[in-house]
Amino acid sequence: MRLELREITKRFGDFTANDAIDLVVEPGTVHALLGENGAGKSTLMNVLFGLYDADGGEILLDGERRVFTGPGDAMAAGIGMVHQHFMLVPVFTVAENVMLGHEQVRGPAKLLDLDAARAKVTEISDRFGFHVDPDALVEDLSVGAQQRVEIIKALSRDAKVLILDEPTAVLTPQETDELLEIVGQLRDSGTAVVLITHKLREVQAIADTITVIRRGTVVGTAEPTATQEELASMMVGRDVSMTVDKDPADPGEPMLEISNLTVIDPATQLTVLDSVSLEVRRGEILAVAGVQGNGQTELAEAILGLAEITSGDVSLDGEPLAGRSIRENLDAGIGFVPEDRTEDGVVAAFTIANNLILDLYDREPYSKRGAIDPSAVADHADEQVERFDVRTTSSQALTGSLSGGNQQKVVLARELARDLKLLIASQPTRGLDVGSIEFVHKRIIEERDKGVAVIIVSSELDEVYALADRIAVMYHGRIVDIVSPDTDRDTMGLMMAGAHGDQEEAA
Amino acid sequence: MSTTAVDTATAPGSGSDAVPRTKSWRATIGLGIVAALSLLVFGLGTPAGVQTTFTVSSSTDFITLPSITVPAKAAAVTLSIIALLLVGWVAYRANQYRKVGIWLPIVFGMVVMGALLTWAGADRSGTTIQLTGLLTSALFLAVPLVFGALAGTLCERSGIINIAIEGQLLAGAFLAALVASAVGNAYVGLIAAPIAGGIVGWLLAVFSTKYWVNQIVVGVVLNLLVLGLTSFFFSTVMSDNPELNQPLNMPDLAIPLLSGIPVIGPVLFDQNLLVYIMYAAVIVIQIMLFRSRWGLRVRAVGEHPKAADTVGIKVNRTRVRNTVLGGAVAGLGGAFFTVASGLAFGKEMTAGKGYIALAAMILGRWSPKGALAAALLFGFADALRVQLGIIGSDIPSQFLAMTPYLATIFAVAGLVGHSRPPAAEGIPYKK
Repeated sequence: MRLELREITKRFGDFTANDAIDLVVEPGTVHALLGENGAGKSTLMNVLFGLYDADGGEILLDGERRVFTGPGDAMAAGIGMVHQHFMLVPVFTVAENVMLGHEQVRGPAKLLDLDAARAKVTEISDRFGFHVDPDALVEDLSVGAQQRVEIIKALSRDAKVLILDEPTAVLTPQETDELLEIVGQLRDSGTAVVLITHKLREVQAIADTITVIRRGTVVGTAEPTATQEELASMMVGRDVSMTVDKDPADPGEPMLEISNLTVIDPATQLTVLDSVSLEVRRGEILAVAGVQGNGQTELAEAILGLAEITSGDVSLDGEPLAGRSIRENLDAGIGFVPEDRTEDGVVAAFTIANNLILDLYDREPYSKRGAIDPSAVADHADEQVERFDVRTTSSQALTGSLSGGNQQKVVLARELARDLKLLIASQPTRGLDVGSIEFVHKRIIEERDKGVAVIIVSSELDEVYALADRIAVMYHGRIVDIVSPDTDRDTMGLMMAGAHGDQEEAA
Repeated sequence: MSTTAVDTATAPGSGSDAVPRTKSWRATIGLGIVAALSLLVFGLGTPAGVQTTFTVSSSTDFITLPSITVPAKAAAVTLSIIALLLVGWVAYRANQYRKVGIWLPIVFGMVVMGALLTWAGADRSGTTIQLTGLLTSALFLAVPLVFGALAGTLCERSGIINIAIEGQLLAGAFLAALVASAVGNAYVGLIAAPIAGGIVGWLLAVFSTKYWVNQIVVGVVLNLLVLGLTSFFFSTVMSDNPELNQPLNMPDLAIPLLSGIPVIGPVLFDQNLLVYIMYAAVIVIQIMLFRSRWGLRVRAVGEHPKAADTVGIKVNRTRVRNTVLGGAVAGLGGAFFTVASGLAFGKEMTAGKGYIALAAMILGRWSPKGALAAALLFGFADALRVQLGIIGSDIPSQFLAMTPYLATIFAVAGLVGHSRPPAAEGIPYKK
């Protein structure tokens, strides 16, 4: 089926997310929609899928104009979508998830025909070699298997156009390869595939056509043969360097020492960290790599004291951190950039100025005799806004009005304002534009060069390679290995899936 | 590169199976303490050599069975040991990381209460324990709880917390009495009651889905609103026109043959229409919720509304419908207090039964059959309270009245096995 979008426009208030976007997807091809986070790719696809109403433009399928008022319409018309955050009910089985919304019934009582759903799952699963058990509970499946269930879900509705929204964000490199292989099979069977991504490597590997979107408009199309630099500069709108300049590390004494750290999640009783031991020295960056949800978040939180330590020791500069409050840990010189900046990093309803003193509000000069001194706070804010290049009209603007990149700069400005011994940054550049990524990376390397011990938690291998002096790979709450950054991607991918690396330890 | 390693790592099911799980001993410890107390107090606390007499059938039965007289101490000890064996089963399952069924805490509760009954009835010459009567009144007292818990299950499975069960019961009781009195037919009350409950449910649904008000707050406010309105009309309209609030009766309808079965026959099959509706409601909702298209969609909406939305299911419409339906079911249960009990409406006559129904829903793990079992357990506790009053036990009846609440706190704390509410309950769905 040939899909054509004409002049699709979508506004949110004053903000135009999609500005007259034209797009044609031919059957039996993979069309990559490339753009930075926030460029409007997902908005466009949500319009196509009937989740958003367009403010203008039309959707044509095989030349015929269609209007979708909801995802049900879009699916009935043959459009399937695999969302970035899986739309699967965790407590349902695979078959129940696949049948949901278009259930077959049987018998006079019209009860669910689970056998038919099972057969459908098995048939599609066998056709593409997915190895998915129709009776498995979705919550028991690995992320890669859940994604295959999503694809089965779309195919079981006879999707002729399949939209994959950032499908590789949660996959290991090997799972990514498997997914790309599946995409190739789908294309060969005549499906039109739209691949939404900001990862250049995948685009080059699989795409037949590339459309680049920037700030809600199509800035051009490219051939799959284009180089990464060419694609990146189209995405960003200027020349970008794909590497981070940094001098070799000059590590000093150990600053953070962790031995046999174990954390059990009190809610689920799952062991999220399983005897993790590592050390980070002054003036080096240790990157914690791994697929999301393998204990990295808990590691960062346990060091700061946000997660309760079940057993094991953590010490900073020789002093044990266990049993101390988070406040004491911050005062001891830990800087913490949380994973979810809008939830945990900033108070969106506060001004930038107030967010910048969240950890200093009760100190001189911001607070005098128990009252906050607004002019000192404002002066501090103006200074930091300039130093960290926060793009805002005023330091008194609400933090929630800033873009993700600028919010992250506020978080960094606040955390780096204290004298640090250890900086922990979780997913420091997630969702940021290339310009902000460069800025954040530069700041982190500056901290390292000042002799701060740095831990970066990142699920983006590119970022890990760009920053790390050593890489700790985590899988299922354990450290698989600690390796040097010249380890190749394949080995790294295997370790991220739990296999031990063959390399000798670089630590 | 080695592909075999990847295959095993990404094989279906390997995702969380490989994560080390910690065994949970909470249920074992919680139930174990209760069983041990039962053995100490009821078992060993019963004097040796005395007997407890149970009467199992009444004189009107088709077949009359002789009374059963048991040595009190041996019986109470045996029942306590059965309770301990059940704890052993829980421990065995916990050791295998497996859950126990809903039946276990219910059977456990019955066994411990049986030990209590034997202990309390020991050595009371001339007094026997009317087993059939006890069970009949247990079932009878469980009726509003079953309807209330079904209502809660219907709402919460779709993601709406229904604290307003109490108000729905009261509204149902009120309108049933009013309409039935006006028409002069108790059965008409059964039609009016669900309408009243449905309206309360609709208010809850609108505030929850349209205005995103905290559902617990709305529920509590609705309870107070219904309480205020019914009390107002009771002391104005109803007291000025006594003919609008008469005690009307619904006769018991004995089902031929089935009602002749000893012990359980008269208990289960010689009841009024509302009780038979209750049996049907439990069976129908159980099947519909877990095996029909409607049920699958409702549960999807309660677990992951966005996922339901992306496959074309209207989330808020489903929630409104379910909440209205749930309200109607609770309203029907409210008819128990007036027309189905042969009573006139009285101020605040539901007396907190809606909250106990909520407890039954939680203990029954959000399933109709579990709700039925839990409601029967609570009904049994209530009947026991009455029975102990009759035989003159030393236990203050208020303590038995607390049983449902204690059992619920135990259930929520995971002390009687794992219970997991629908993931999206209480969270408004905003696009």
